[in-house]
Amino acid sequence: MSAMLQTPNATAGRVAPTAFDLDLRVKSNTAVNGEYRMMVLDAPAHVLEQCQAGQFFNILCPQAGGETPYLRRPMSIYGFYPEKNELHFLYKVGGAGTRAMATLGENDSLTVFGPLGTPFTIEPDWNHLVLVARGVGLATLAPLALEAKRLGRRLTAVCSARHPDYLMSIDLFEGLGAKVVALTDAEGTSAPDNLEKVLEGLIAEGRADAFYTCGSNRILRLLQKLGEAHGIPGQVALEQQMACGIGMCQCCVRKFNRDGKVVNLRVCREGPVFDMAEAIAW
Amino acid sequence: MVDLSVDIAGLKLKNPIMPASGTFSEELAEVFDLEQLGAHVTKTITRDWRDGNPTPRVCEVNGSMLNSIGIPSKGVGAFLEKVVPFFQRYETPLVVSISGNTADEFAALCAEVSVAGVDAIEVNISCPNIEEDGKAFAIRPSSTFEIMQRLRAASPLPLWAKLTPNTGEVPDVARAAEEGGADALVVSNTILSMAIDIHTRQPRLGNLMGGLSGPALKPIALRMAYQCARAANIPVIGCGGISTAEDVIEYLIAGATAVQVGTATFIHPTAMLTILHDLEAWLAAQGIASVSELIGSVIDGEQDIQTSAIAVAQ
Repeated sequence: MSAMLQTPNATAGRVAPTAFDLDLRVKSNTAVNGEYRMMVLDAPAHVLEQCQAGQFFNILCPQAGGETPYLRRPMSIYGFYPEKNELHFLYKVGGAGTRAMATLGENDSLTVFGPLGTPFTIEPDWNHLVLVARGVGLATLAPLALEAKRLGRRLTAVCSARHPDYLMSIDLFEGLGAKVVALTDAEGTSAPDNLEKVLEGLIAEGRADAFYTCGSNRILRLLQKLGEAHGIPGQVALEQQMACGIGMCQCCVRKFNRDGKVVNLRVCREGPVFDMAEAIAW
Repeated sequence: MVDLSVDIAGLKLKNPIMPASGTFSEELAEVFDLEQLGAHVTKTITRDWRDGNPTPRVCEVNGSMLNSIGIPSKGVGAFLEKVVPFFQRYETPLVVSISGNTADEFAALCAEVSVAGVDAIEVNISCPNIEEDGKAFAIRPSSTFEIMQRLRAASPLPLWAKLTPNTGEVPDVARAAEEGGADALVVSNTILSMAIDIHTRQPRLGNLMGGLSGPALKPIALRMAYQCARAANIPVIGCGGISTAEDVIEYLIAGATAVQVGTATFIHPTAMLTILHDLEAWLAAQGIASVSELIGSVIDGEQDIQTSAIAVAQ
């Protein structure tokens, strides 16, 4: 179908193609815990090689299980592995789109469009990275841990969740050599004051050259405060409802502080990763 | 070999498939070769900077969508500096969509975008968001005629008037646009709509109301394209809910000379290519040598549609 008309290696007019609309085979689609599922797709290496941490795909959710999603759903890349032709998504089943996605089984097909958006960056002098994630924000930050390892940077992953059962990716982070700090509501360790104490500790030890976060307004505010107080830069991946996913429709804007003004920027294009200092907590 | 070329008031297009304004931009060049399209139609700009509407700017309804983007615009300066030069790398004709809050502002912008590299101007006299309660020039024949006269005087380029479905006077508005100097009619923009979240009881768009587009709009816009093709003597460009080659064929039979594909690109980024490919295959399979043979070939028994439209309206 449509994917066949888009020849990946052909020169597309005056600009080489960087985003691909593909029907991919589902390798697996399994529950990770009571709330989250992981979808593994069989993807071509030439697409996976273009993926970068923080980017997303715009997913054509199937009309299945009585659900009729119409617009595509943007979803962060949880993992991309060109060597084994795998593209991973970690998702929380919530609305019509993700409920329909959850019905897919092995060898079903899913149409995805990407990779899209501005990725995370790791500056040359950022040796100690601190990643602070809560809930599904972990999915967006996971590929960053892989990139940090590739670049030989030290990483501390501060993972927050309602309950230890929802602390995902800890094994992934530890396997990549990251130091993991797990905080949960159930254990009473995830409150802002305790998180602040943990982060202040990392700063005092000289182990926080840059912050990365996704998924929590409270965490964003805290990191902005600490970043400003200690001169630590950071990046945040943000969400917004989207339609086209590549910058045409202008529906996914959010407000940012830029050059002394409040401006609308497209989350799909100028983002989803933004300079933490420019982001406006919601 | 099927001849897909069409002629819009002297502007030759290699095929009748082009994007609808607001659903197309330079970024799509990262997905496929834009040279394959019949024309390039840019998102409506206004003369000055506009922020656009509050979010949410879009929501889905059953099999279609509502939007209220609010024409965010970087202004004419940025457009002439960046957008026009980008599209000059293509041989495909460039159609620039413009709008204005007042006739003076609209006419000034029309003159300012009449530059080398621009092949036609789509004058968006119908956007339902730009003025309060969705009022627009193209709601009435008199205001349509007046604005088209002003715009006609402001530019030597072909003017395509984009009409609105938010009117009960479609044939009269079409004729008024023609008499005011339009070279073609784009039929149509989105239809004013609303959706409310029953749990929060809040409208699902930040601007409360917005335009319906997608497959649900098609029968309405198709009816309008038919009415306009019958009422006016200038080409009609069909627009509204097109997502397949069959939809295109239907518009051409109704009297459209070319079509614009919009919301379908959001669902399938390569939709215009698929449609083009399928259209060519369908014509070949039917033994039709030229796409122009389809235009206005509807077998309607020559009924007086002006009378029928009034009967329906009553």
